[in-house]
Amino acid sequence: MTAMLEIRNLHVSVEGQEILRGLDLTIKPGEVHSIMGPNGSGKSTLAQVLAGRDSYDITDGSVVFRGKDLLDMDPDERACEGVFLAFQYPVEIPGVKTTQFLKAAVNAIRAHHGEDELDAADLMGHFREKMKLVHIEPDLLRRSVNEGFSGGEKKRAEIFQMAVLDPALCILDETDSGLDIDALKIVADGVNSMRSPDRGFLVITHYQRLLNYIVPDFVHVLVDGRIVQSGGKELALQLEEKGYGWINAPVGAGA
Amino acid sequence: MADSTATLDAWAEQEYKWGFVTDIEADSAPPGLSEDIIRFISAKKDEPEWLLEWRLRAYRHWLTMSPPHWQFLPRGYGPIDYQSIIYYSAPKQKGDGPKSLAEVDPKLLETYEKLGIPLEEQMMLAGVAVDAVFDSVSVATTFKETLAEKGVIFCSFSEAVKEHPELVQKYLGTVVPYSDNYFATLNSAVFTDGSFVFVPKGVECPMELSTYFRINAMNTGQFERTLIVAEEGASVSYLEGCTAPMRDENQLHAAVVELIALDDAKIKYSTIQNWYPGDKDGTGGIYNFVTKRGKCIGKRSHISWTQVETGSAITWKYPSCILQGDDSIGEFYSVAMTNNRQQADTGTKMIHIGKNTRSYIVSKGISAGFAHNAYRGLVQVNRSAENARNYTQCDSLLMGDQCGAHTFPYIDVRNPTAHVEHEATTSKIGEDQIFYCTQRGITEENAVSMIVNGFCKEVLKELPMEFAVEADKLLSISLEGSVG
Repeated sequence: MTAMLEIRNLHVSVEGQEILRGLDLTIKPGEVHSIMGPNGSGKSTLAQVLAGRDSYDITDGSVVFRGKDLLDMDPDERACEGVFLAFQYPVEIPGVKTTQFLKAAVNAIRAHHGEDELDAADLMGHFREKMKLVHIEPDLLRRSVNEGFSGGEKKRAEIFQMAVLDPALCILDETDSGLDIDALKIVADGVNSMRSPDRGFLVITHYQRLLNYIVPDFVHVLVDGRIVQSGGKELALQLEEKGYGWINAPVGAGA
Repeated sequence: MADSTATLDAWAEQEYKWGFVTDIEADSAPPGLSEDIIRFISAKKDEPEWLLEWRLRAYRHWLTMSPPHWQFLPRGYGPIDYQSIIYYSAPKQKGDGPKSLAEVDPKLLETYEKLGIPLEEQMMLAGVAVDAVFDSVSVATTFKETLAEKGVIFCSFSEAVKEHPELVQKYLGTVVPYSDNYFATLNSAVFTDGSFVFVPKGVECPMELSTYFRINAMNTGQFERTLIVAEEGASVSYLEGCTAPMRDENQLHAAVVELIALDDAKIKYSTIQNWYPGDKDGTGGIYNFVTKRGKCIGKRSHISWTQVETGSAITWKYPSCILQGDDSIGEFYSVAMTNNRQQADTGTKMIHIGKNTRSYIVSKGISAGFAHNAYRGLVQVNRSAENARNYTQCDSLLMGDQCGAHTFPYIDVRNPTAHVEHEATTSKIGEDQIFYCTQRGITEENAVSMIVNGFCKEVLKELPMEFAVEADKLLSISLEGSVG
């Protein structure tokens, strides 16, 4: 099967400092990849760059998503093409109801694919179906986007949005941070229910814990802006046991 | 990649869509201000002697005054040459004024249609009664008959002077006296037209009333005067909208609005102000120097101001409430949006006189480009105002780092039972917020307008339904992509 996402030799800097230094990664449809790594290794930078955040300088390399040059697209275009990022820190948008926000998003994506807008009734039906996935209360949809949400509510709302927008590539940026074990299970159940042969996942996490619930096909270890080791799900367990220091030594990657 | 600066520039270069000029013959006074000009205006309007005297008293008083400079306008405003302004300009009519829409000059109707307010269509569909003021005179008042059945008077100010002189004489200048302030005094001397609304005792006005103001002729000032009276138990909702052609000179708009609410009366006054703001370098644009004040004379009366101010080179106005009747309520909801080199110093005054009077202020200021936006508000609780309550919320949103937001709250409490609360926030529209929206597929422009509309929500929801959509659109147009 052909790759859905192909990252080649990606170099990214922020204010002259190189964060990603030649990263390669290939994700095929149906696969769940996990990226693990110590703080400051460039995990979140990768997520932001893939989603199209403009505060990074891409100095070298390429990213091809479903045959198209991803780096050439604006963030909204990437979203319409099927890239979704579940944010580590979802922002609040006061005065904009979640339903209104998602209506705009759903219809923007539909318009991109030449489909008619969904009306309010159809949308609500669609929302209701997806709400069950992550145990979202209808009340949450009537509130402003993320405003006053607890940490757990924010993360569940991200997964809910992901389910509603039905993306081809789901990027989860430390979705497990700040979640207690019950919330973690709910989020993981939501993600697992979305696993399908057509969809790819990139799960970014610092801890192995999440991967007990979202079992990855591949685990990659990111250190100092490069993937220094790749393996199956057992690699995550080794990391948990031995810590990132264990990885550093054999590869000799350093500043 | 998304380039916020480029979007900002694109927005700054957005053209003002209402800037066209209607080529229509006008009947104008020569430029300049003198007692003769005032007599000319008064004669043109066939006014009674008392009104001419009132105008002249105002004019003589005005001559002793000097223009105010206390407002916060970092770029100041150019000296206004009062002798170069034309104080009276009217589209030429055949014979007497139009008796019905059919008699109105088609060119004028076309203009209104271009502005998106086809009078006839509005009559049919919205059930909104419209009074349209073109330069100095009122052109057409729709729906007059339907209103008349209920005893509601809605007509041009000039017509009110002719048809209902006793009402005009009784209330004119009782809220904003002719000596009130420099621009209100000027208005009292030279006002040309405006709207008059009278809702008799116990009548709930059956429809939204609306006035559309348009400055067309060059070098004219627009000095309209609006007077709204709601008798005991009456209620009315009134909306005004404004536009003007693009011109390189600054044009003066100095209006006066007076509202009077008797016992249990309710007046809701909404403004969508979209005067020409000048170009992106700050050339031209309207000086919007307006005095608006309402008096809650009666017990349990209620006056509510809602304004969405997106236009004008300078906006300088403080729609205010004098809460004289016991248990009366004053409200002020404002969105002031400034871009490029626009300046706004706007807010409200709530004067608590009666017992248990309440006031509520929500002000949302948005600054972008090089604009400056100031909220200035006074909450005054007099000795007599037992148990007065005020809540003020004042939020500013900054877009980019060249603009300014300023807050000048004045609180003057002379009664210890008063409860006065003031909350203020300033935030910058976040790249994080925009990125969050675009990551979901929403374009950057739509994201900005969604965020700003969310910021203004509490105010926009106060607008009458028919106009909320219009305001929403206007904000989006004035706002597109302004992120630094």
